Amino acid sequence: MSVAVHIRKELRADDRTFRLSIDFVSDSDRIVLYGPSGAGKSLTLKAVAGLMTPDEGRITLNQRTLFDAAHGVNVRPQQRNVAYLFQDYALFPHLTVAQNIAFGLQRGCFNLRRPASHPSVARWLEAFGLEGTAASYPSQISGGQRQRVALARALVAQPDILLLDEPFSALDLSLRERMRHELSELQQQLRVPMLIITHDPADVEVLGDAVFEVRDGMISRP
Amino acid sequence: MGAVWTPLLLSLKVAGWATVLNLFFGVAAAYGLSRWRSPLRDLIDSILTLPLVLPPTVLGYYLLVLFGKRGTFGAWLSGMGIELVFTWQGAVIASTIVAFPLVLKSARAAFENVDKQLENAARVLGVSEAGVFFRVSLPLAARGIAAGVLLAFARALGEFGATLMIAGNLPGRTQTLSVAIYEAVQAGDDSTATLLVVITSVTCVAVLLIAGRLMPGHTRRADLS
Repeated sequence: MSVAVHIRKELRADDRTFRLSIDFVSDSDRIVLYGPSGAGKSLTLKAVAGLMTPDEGRITLNQRTLFDAAHGVNVRPQQRNVAYLFQDYALFPHLTVAQNIAFGLQRGCFNLRRPASHPSVARWLEAFGLEGTAASYPSQISGGQRQRVALARALVAQPDILLLDEPFSALDLSLRERMRHELSELQQQLRVPMLIITHDPADVEVLGDAVFEVRDGMISRP
Repeated sequence: MGAVWTPLLLSLKVAGWATVLNLFFGVAAAYGLSRWRSPLRDLIDSILTLPLVLPPTVLGYYLLVLFGKRGTFGAWLSGMGIELVFTWQGAVIASTIVAFPLVLKSARAAFENVDKQLENAARVLGVSEAGVFFRVSLPLAARGIAAGVLLAFARALGEFGATLMIAGNLPGRTQTLSVAIYEAVQAGDDSTATLLVVITSVTCVAVLLIAGRLMPGHTRRADLS
C-alpha cells in the first residue's frame, strides 16, 4: 500500500490559531503517527477519512486521489472506502452487536434484516467470539467486546485502509496489551493496511513499521 | 350528550391532523436548522418560534389575511375549491401553526444532542446521507421528537384564539372543545362547561404524563446497567 499526505489547515478558536502542516509518504502496511494529544494527529486521520476538509494540499491512497485542493477533488467519506475505528468506538447505541457489524453492508435507508445470518457478519461474530452477544446492545457488553465489535464493523466491508484513533486508550492496562497483540496478528492475517495515531510508546513498538512523530501540527521526524 | 361528544371528536380530529402535519414539517425544519450553518439560522428560528409568543388572535388575523377570500393564498385556494375560512380544515391550519414551535424546539434539541461522531461513523461506513438520517439521527432523536409531538398535540387540542378567528364557532362543524366551553359559559350552561373542562384537563394531564416519560433525562430501567 502507499499513502501520501500533504495537507495544510488553519483552525481558529477565539484568539488562538492552530496550524496543521502534515507531510508524509509511506508504503508500509503499518504506519503510526505518534505524538502528544493536541498535536494534530486526530485532525490528520479525519482528513484521510474525509471528515475534515484541509485548506490546501492533497491526499492519495494507492495512487487514488482522495483529496486535491488544487484540482478541486474532495471524495466524500462514503466513497473513500476507508474504515475508521473511533477512540470511543462510536458504536450505534440503538442497534444490536449484529446490526452494528452489518451497518455498512447496507448503504441505503434501512438496516439489514436478520443481520446475524449474513455470512460476513456471522464470520466476524465467530472470529471475535461474539456469537453470544449478537443480540446484545453496546451498553450491555464489556470494553474489550466493544472494541471487537467496532473492529468487525470497520472491516466487514473490506476497506482499503484501516484508520485507528488511539485504539486502546479506552481499555484498562491488562486488556490493552492483549488487544494490541490481537490487532497486530489480525493485521498480519488480513494484510489490511493500517494507519494508527497514538500517544502510547507501546503501540509504536508493537504496531509501528513506519513511525512519524507529530508535534505542534507538524511531522517532526521523517 | 351530543353537546359533549361532537366538540370532543372534532377537537381530536383537528389536533390529530395538526400533529401529523407537525410531525413532518416540524421534524424537517428542526433537522434543517440543526445542520444548517448560516448567520440566517437564528433569524429563521426566531420567525418559526413566533407562534409560541404571539397572541393567538394575532396569528388568527394573519391567517385571515393570507387565507381569507380576498387573501393572497385564499383566492388561489378558492379557485381550486379549497375553503379554509369557517371550516374544520381552517382549524387544523390554526392549530398546526400554534403548536409548530413545540415540535421544532424539542426536535431541534434532540437532533443537536445526537453525537456527531455516530453520524460520521455511518458516513465512513459508506451509508448515504438519507441513510444517516433514517438509521442514526432520527432513531436517536426519536424520544425527544415524540415528547415534542405529544406537547404539540396537547397544545393543538386546547387551541382557542386563532381557531375562533379563522374557523369561527359553528356547532357541529368548527366548534372545538375550547370554543364550546366558551359558548357554554356565555350561555350560562355551567354543567356542560364543567364536563367539557374536566374532559380537556384529564386528556391534557395524560398527554403531559406520557411526554414527561419520553423527555431526555427520564431514565428508563433498561438504561441502567
